[in-house]
Amino acid sequence: MTSIANWVYLLCAVLFILGLKNLGSAKTARRGNLLAMLAMLLAVVVTLLDQQILSFTFIFTGLIIGSAIGAVVAKKIQMTQMPEMVALFNGLGGAASALVASAEFFRGNGDLQISIVATICLSVLIGTVTLSGSLIAFAKLKGIMKGAPITYRGQHVINGLIVAMVLVFAIMLVLDPSNWKMLIGILALAAVLGITSVIPIGGADMPVVISLLNSYSGLAAAATGFVISNNILIISGALVGASGLILTNIMCVAMNRSLGNVLFAAVGSDGGSASGSTEQKQVTRYTAEDAVMMLDSAQSVIIIPGYGLAVAQAQHILQEMTEILMERNIQVRYAIHPVAGRMPGHMNVLLAEASVSYDLLYEMDAINDDFKNTDVALVIGANDIINPAARHKKESALYGMPILNVDKARTVMIVKRSLSVGFAGEDNELFYDDKTMMLFADAKKMVTEIVHALKA
Amino acid sequence: MSEGILISVYVFVLAVFVGIELITKVPPLLHTPLMSGSNAISGITVVGALLSAGAGESRLSAILGLLAVIFATINVVGGFMVTDRMLGMFKKDKKKNREGESVK
Repeated sequence: MTSIANWVYLLCAVLFILGLKNLGSAKTARRGNLLAMLAMLLAVVVTLLDQQILSFTFIFTGLIIGSAIGAVVAKKIQMTQMPEMVALFNGLGGAASALVASAEFFRGNGDLQISIVATICLSVLIGTVTLSGSLIAFAKLKGIMKGAPITYRGQHVINGLIVAMVLVFAIMLVLDPSNWKMLIGILALAAVLGITSVIPIGGADMPVVISLLNSYSGLAAAATGFVISNNILIISGALVGASGLILTNIMCVAMNRSLGNVLFAAVGSDGGSASGSTEQKQVTRYTAEDAVMMLDSAQSVIIIPGYGLAVAQAQHILQEMTEILMERNIQVRYAIHPVAGRMPGHMNVLLAEASVSYDLLYEMDAINDDFKNTDVALVIGANDIINPAARHKKESALYGMPILNVDKARTVMIVKRSLSVGFAGEDNELFYDDKTMMLFADAKKMVTEIVHALKA
Repeated sequence: MSEGILISVYVFVLAVFVGIELITKVPPLLHTPLMSGSNAISGITVVGALLSAGAGESRLSAILGLLAVIFATINVVGGFMVTDRMLGMFKKDKKKNREGESVK
């Protein structure tokens, strides 16, 4: 069987690669996903024909239960909840890899080659860290756990000790593969390590963490591939591992932080009032009617959506506003900052769900030079990503982060519930600028009022 | 056998480079679907899970395998389906250019 199966696995690898390639363009993305699906189906079918398989009871039970749960979750999930779902799925993938490696270990009954035992340890380690780390990320995103970093003294030392102990257990297991207690030890330590390495990371940094865990889930699958000497696992795992790493890097660059800083510096708060600003600053309040007068006379508008927009569920009414403005021959575009939302590319999906066509969505680099020729920049539920302090205030946590040049527009409208600071804890000078119109309200309420006033 | 491992390492390293080449070109617009799609691909571990769950020799291994099949299948089915659902939402504006002025 093996030779035929291996040829089919090769075909699967090619299909996965073509699938990922097609996922790179909006026109072909859906086809790319279908190609990857086809590859997975082929891989499963050819595996089922394997003569090593003696009993199909467990297999079909597992496939049916898993498919049912997966299908229900995929149908029911809200797009705002995508980050939680991906976090959870990453964890399940990691768990599955660790379980397969463990199953192989117990199947071997102490009679295993050194290289196999070593890869089993690796697979159990990465898989379990992915699982427990993902569960913490899930809890933080879901709000079960507070987003603020949890820190304690000697945090890094303890994590270092755990890694050292895993290494000791792994060496002992390699020397004596019948000593299964060592494997349980690695499993337990890895579970703790996943937790202790994610709890000090702030809620705002979760996009980086999910990307990284995505990478881990791929690496866990690749490690399992080494355990069972299966190239399709190694190739697919490597592809996912690389993909997760690149997304991790993109997120870090967008925040001007190094991966080390995200993972170990425990940055972030749950938001709150600005600190250190003692001077009294004037803010002018405006109403929806004021905003409409301004919008009506504008020729070009750029909308800057932040996560506050999604929290308020204002995407749909915003789309209605966009349509009205476009019917009046006003150019409307959306400027999407790379870290808008709770995972890479999240804001694009949220707007797509509200039927905003994707050719209105512009990346930061593509639109940043256009702000100076724009009449109105309408900011909804965003803060840190438009804070000019990132450009000039060296002592700010935001300093150096690429921001949208909203302050260059002729008029800036900011829809926000209060003057509270963003995740970075930095006051925003743009709120007090003469050309800024502050519209204090819940995003949905304010945009709805604007739409009514536009129609009137 | 150690040569087999070496070849596997070759395959792994080359695949990582292919992955980097492919993913670097994906625009931010598609990063979320890319992530949920690649997440589903990491469920390929289901192949190993099937072999564990189906091998009758060890009861313990089979039970671990069963759990692995369930988890990996949730990952695969859920991941691909939600990616498809998401990508179905991405639409180009048909009304665009109506006024003769393109936004791009």
